[in-house]
Amino acid sequence: MRGRPRPKVENPWKILRRILSYVFRFYGFHMAAVAVCIVVSVLANVQGTMFTRTLIDSYITPMVERVKAGEVNPDFSPLLHAMMRVACFYVIGIAAAYTQARTMAFVTQGTMKRLRIELFEHMESLPIKYFDTHAHGDIMSVYTNDIDTLRQMVSQSMPQLLNSLITVTSILAMMLVLSIPLTVVSLMMVGVMLFSSGKVTSMSGRNFIAQQRNLGKLNGFIEETMTGEKVVKVFCHEQQAIREFDQLNEELYQSAAKANGFANIIGPVNGQLGNTNYVICAIVGGILAINSYAGFTVGALASFLTLNRGFSMPINQVSMQFNSIIMALAGAERIFKLMDAEPETDDGYVMLVNCERDADGEIVETDRHTGQWAWKHYHKAEDTTTYQALEGDITFNGVDFGYRDDKMVLHDIWIHAKPGMKIALVGSTGAGKTTITNLINRFYDIQDGKIRFDNINVNKIKKGDLRRSLGIVLQDTHLFSGTVRENIRYGKLDATDAEVVRAARLANADGFIRRLPQGYDTMLTGDGANLSQGQRQLLAIARAAIADPPALILDEATSSIDTRTEKIVQAGMDSLMKDRTTFVIAHRLSTIRNSDLIIVLEQGRIVEQGTHQELIDLGQRYYQLYTGKKPELAG
Amino acid sequence: MVKTILSQVKEFRRISILTPVCMIGEVICEMIIPVLMGKIVDNGVMAGNVSFIMRTGAVMICVALLGLTFGIMGGFFAARAGAGLARNLRKAMHDNIQTFSFSNIDHFSTSSLVTRLTTDVTNIQNAYMMMLRMAMRAPSTMIVAMVMSFIISPRLASIYFIAVAFLALFMFFMMRTTTKYFKQVFERYDALNESVQENVSAIRVVKAYVREDYENNKFRKAAENIYEMFIRAEMRVVSISPVMMGVVYACILTISWFGANMIVSDTLTTGNLMSLLTYCMNILMSLMMLSMVFIMITMSEASARRISEVINEKSSLTNPENPVMEVPDGSIRFEDVDFSYRPGSAEPVLKDIDLDIHSGESIGIIGGTGSAKSSLVNLVSRLYDVTQGRVLVGGHDVREYDMDVLRRQVSVVLQKNVLFSGTIYDNLRWGDENATEEECRHACELACADEFIEKMPEGYNTYIEQGGTNVSGGQKQRLSIARALLRKPKILILDDSTSAVDTATDAKIRRAFREEIPDTTRLIIAQRISSVQECDRIIVMDNGRISGFDTHEELLRTNQIYREVYESQTGMGADADFDKPA
Repeated sequence: MRGRPRPKVENPWKILRRILSYVFRFYGFHMAAVAVCIVVSVLANVQGTMFTRTLIDSYITPMVERVKAGEVNPDFSPLLHAMMRVACFYVIGIAAAYTQARTMAFVTQGTMKRLRIELFEHMESLPIKYFDTHAHGDIMSVYTNDIDTLRQMVSQSMPQLLNSLITVTSILAMMLVLSIPLTVVSLMMVGVMLFSSGKVTSMSGRNFIAQQRNLGKLNGFIEETMTGEKVVKVFCHEQQAIREFDQLNEELYQSAAKANGFANIIGPVNGQLGNTNYVICAIVGGILAINSYAGFTVGALASFLTLNRGFSMPINQVSMQFNSIIMALAGAERIFKLMDAEPETDDGYVMLVNCERDADGEIVETDRHTGQWAWKHYHKAEDTTTYQALEGDITFNGVDFGYRDDKMVLHDIWIHAKPGMKIALVGSTGAGKTTITNLINRFYDIQDGKIRFDNINVNKIKKGDLRRSLGIVLQDTHLFSGTVRENIRYGKLDATDAEVVRAARLANADGFIRRLPQGYDTMLTGDGANLSQGQRQLLAIARAAIADPPALILDEATSSIDTRTEKIVQAGMDSLMKDRTTFVIAHRLSTIRNSDLIIVLEQGRIVEQGTHQELIDLGQRYYQLYTGKKPELAG
Repeated sequence: MVKTILSQVKEFRRISILTPVCMIGEVICEMIIPVLMGKIVDNGVMAGNVSFIMRTGAVMICVALLGLTFGIMGGFFAARAGAGLARNLRKAMHDNIQTFSFSNIDHFSTSSLVTRLTTDVTNIQNAYMMMLRMAMRAPSTMIVAMVMSFIISPRLASIYFIAVAFLALFMFFMMRTTTKYFKQVFERYDALNESVQENVSAIRVVKAYVREDYENNKFRKAAENIYEMFIRAEMRVVSISPVMMGVVYACILTISWFGANMIVSDTLTTGNLMSLLTYCMNILMSLMMLSMVFIMITMSEASARRISEVINEKSSLTNPENPVMEVPDGSIRFEDVDFSYRPGSAEPVLKDIDLDIHSGESIGIIGGTGSAKSSLVNLVSRLYDVTQGRVLVGGHDVREYDMDVLRRQVSVVLQKNVLFSGTIYDNLRWGDENATEEECRHACELACADEFIEKMPEGYNTYIEQGGTNVSGGQKQRLSIARALLRKPKILILDDSTSAVDTATDAKIRRAFREEIPDTTRLIIAQRISSVQECDRIIVMDNGRISGFDTHEELLRTNQIYREVYESQTGMGADADFDKPA
């Protein structure tokens, strides 16, 4: 089993150890019980096999001889006793096998459950960067394919291997007891079996890799054409699509047929080699028995042959498991890679709390939604807690940032958003508008400079609390499977139905929601595929509105909504955002114009900032954008 | 359902039949061996006849070789038949998907079509291969083993009958209950995967709302749900093998007991008894295999159903019997048209639409979110069929045309643009396969796409990544327009196709249309008044009805909605052109 091309696994033993330690950590006792059960059932089985020999040698042959000697009614009671004993062994064996299977079911499913939950919780803790730099399909396939192959390995291959190992050792021991020369013969044949199955597996492995590659190509093609199926139809491109598909399909068929063909014949090859083994042992054993070599009997030969059969079976099984073990290890490697990804760190200690003012005007923390917030500082040194009212003052002081350390996207950004201001970020695609908003809520951490929220370095604020303080509506709307109501309530989990409706009204979504088949209880599936882009944006706005955050980021939040509806939505938003700091990214000037501060970005730098009027008077970039006139024509 | 799947075996029928035949051959060979074995013991060993042992041994090895040949052939045939069936199923589905109408596509979501074409087919492939190899092998092993046992001793062999009958009953009962559980397990799997999918793609929303714990709890519940279901199903499955073992051991013991009696009374030989015991093990093995086949069938049942759904789906749009093969001109008429996406839904999407558009006219369409602008134009190229009334293009009802002919003359730039992996040329030639480079460039000039294409490192040979990820939204839109222009259609429909293009470029594209393709009827859906105000006439849509259809000036005077939209946009030069160089 050397030198075959396989999906490469860095360090198979380390991964195997890790899987085992993972299983044993929670199910050590179970696994011990399983091991005991396997030993017991193997021994019981072997005892049963040995029974054939005893049956013939110790009971039947003597009885036959006694009958030949003239005895009329030979005594069957010793045989009956022996059979009762064997029956006991069988019962023990069955009980052990049953206990093993039952326990393994708990171990396997329990491990899978733990693994899934751990994996998911770890994934939720990963920074946004991880999701931006890894293909979503790859993350998904960890949950679907990799866990499944691992499940098969834990539930089938592992007990199988253990079983085979114990069976082989105990059978080998007994074969040696029965006849050393025959065992040597048998072992030689086993060597041939291992060699030939190794050859076949390597052939199959090579084709499996080709099959995976072709499958990947076909999957890619299918995904692309299915996503663009409507375009295919509009352009009557069906025939071309079919032609291309047929070709990829054919390639996959060829490699799949070969890969599976080779995999299929491992069984028969080993099986027939086992039979040949059987024949050779029969001949050699027969000769030995006839010559009564070293006291070798017919009964011993019978037992040996049964053992011999039992000897080649586990070897066959192990070689058939080999492919799935390697695949499971490759899957486990990806699982562990995801689990080892560095989670988001959070060293913040300042918390956001709801508050109210007591009679003296002092800030008092409360559990109610008061519409007022405060930053809660806990000073460890003095063991005291102080409160600071949330104002919404956000500053960028000389911020530099790059998604990669060697490529800066933002250079020396200075922004001062005073409480209650509406700040508009404008600029061309790739100027760094969205990046700035990603920094405020710490989806990414900056390389240089400082971002302060109410004069607190954002690094000192607990990430959860920081994000809770910033409502955000993104350009790419994402909805979750669930009812419309549940989707709006996502912003505030304990919102009442009346609050949901109020938020929907504010976002001007109430009208279309009511026209849906089941109104607010209409199920949304597939990221809200049954809604138009504009409707989805309205829902996303309602979701942000219900959260009622002290500050808001709107990233092209109304880009797919028509201008008339937008005006209504805008009015609602303006009332919501009154006295709250808001960052707005938009390319519609109607959305931008009434901002308190407009920041024009170009290639990661702020080129000008001011109010609409100031920038128009300046007659530079913004003026040009706004009027479509060249700057030099402006006064 | 099974019929649909099996009808796709087609050219692999021969090897599909050959596989079990080979398997039977293999089984027979394997069965003969214990007989020969018994003979060796009885006639060779007992009689001390070494040459008999050698002779019979040689025969046995030949039989084993024959068995190997059958086994190898069977293995390859089965793999080929399985992979072949998979290929045919994929092809049948894909071919049928290509005949789907838009409403068929809406019915199956994209992701479900992808799963059906991939995972589900692989399930069927494995199950079919397994069935070919095992479904015949296992019962035939059993039958041959039983027949052989009968030949040796009918009395002892009758024990097997009782055992097999008992087991069959037991298996039948088990399968019925476990199938139910497994089905539920798979349904919950889907839900679990969907939850992961959502969290991966919407991680920004989850993090922005600090809903990690909430999502974790949701997922934990789903995972525990699966755990419980699985345990319930497995608790039943795990009892199968012990029961089988018990039955087989019982057989061994009974046979040994009676066998011993018979040997003593000289009606059975020692060799015979050994053969009988070997057959007993064979029967056990084949029963195990059968139960595995049953489980495979159970698990692939859902896949088979999902595949046949796609294969059997009838396109909701069909070509007429004697189709009109030419579109005379680009005139469009709507007569009392009602339309809803799902028949029988209470409120139609479009209601009482009457329109008369002349060939060569340019028509703007404007209206709020969800006012059914796209639905309206989708009827022109017969992407959907009307629920009531009729739509005429060039004087003929669209349902009278050959669909390809109609769609070649009615070119649509969809709201959701999709570019395909390939060079820019490749993408453009979707419009016209035989377009020369010159024609491609010209179309790009009209769509104002030439400027950015020429700036790309490899110009028109630049490779577009899957999903067009390496071009911006506005660039994608311009390429899509160029692609549609290459068809040289009689009617061109732009469904909000310049929303990401700046105002100036938008105006340039419209001017190019006016000058270069004045005879083509143009329907332009837009959010911006500036995009439509120069059109000959403008349709104002409101909640699925036409609220106004007139020139810009007239609409400003008479139509309140239009005036409001206009006012919401004036004085601001509509959208800013941030993508233009300074």
